[in-house]
Amino acid sequence: MSIAWNKDVDAALAQARTAKRPLLIDFNAAPM
Amino acid sequence: MPVKIHIKEQPKTFERFGAQWTPTIQVLDPDGTKRHQFEGFLPPDDFLGQLKLGLAHSAFARQQWKEAESRYDDIVKTLPDSDAAPEALYWAGVSRYKSSGDPTALQQTTEAFKIHYQGSTWAKKASVWAK
Repeated sequence: MSIAWNKDVDAALAQARTAKRPLLIDFNAAPM
Repeated sequence: MPVKIHIKEQPKTFERFGAQWTPTIQVLDPDGTKRHQFEGFLPPDDFLGQLKLGLAHSAFARQQWKEAESRYDDIVKTLPDSDAAPEALYWAGVSRYKSSGDPTALQQTTEAFKIHYQGSTWAKKASVWAK
């Protein structure tokens, strides 16, 4: 199962507020 | 809503949310309030347990006691050997008490800790609820 990661935290926060769903943030330093 | 932030791409977002190490995982309420955070790599069951704890804490903070209880119970039932399980057992009891007002819920939690997770910090915390 693939996860549709968002990179725009403010857009995701707006979506979370609208959908009334929690937000998961993964802060990472994995090789790009 | 899953968000991935890379330290080289968005260092200011690290500062904004107080992330000081990688990996750091945060679970936020829909209004953006941080409810749970953990750092470092974990085995799958422990990682999943922490994510579920975050969702349960979010429900608890919103005073959705039944949802919180259900989420905490789910951790204890499905991930009993995870590091999250003793904490979930504790907060499941608190959620039951919050929804019912019945202190028996807390006493039952103390009894449950006599069987499971005896040496945990959460068992010590629950010990004050004994009859």
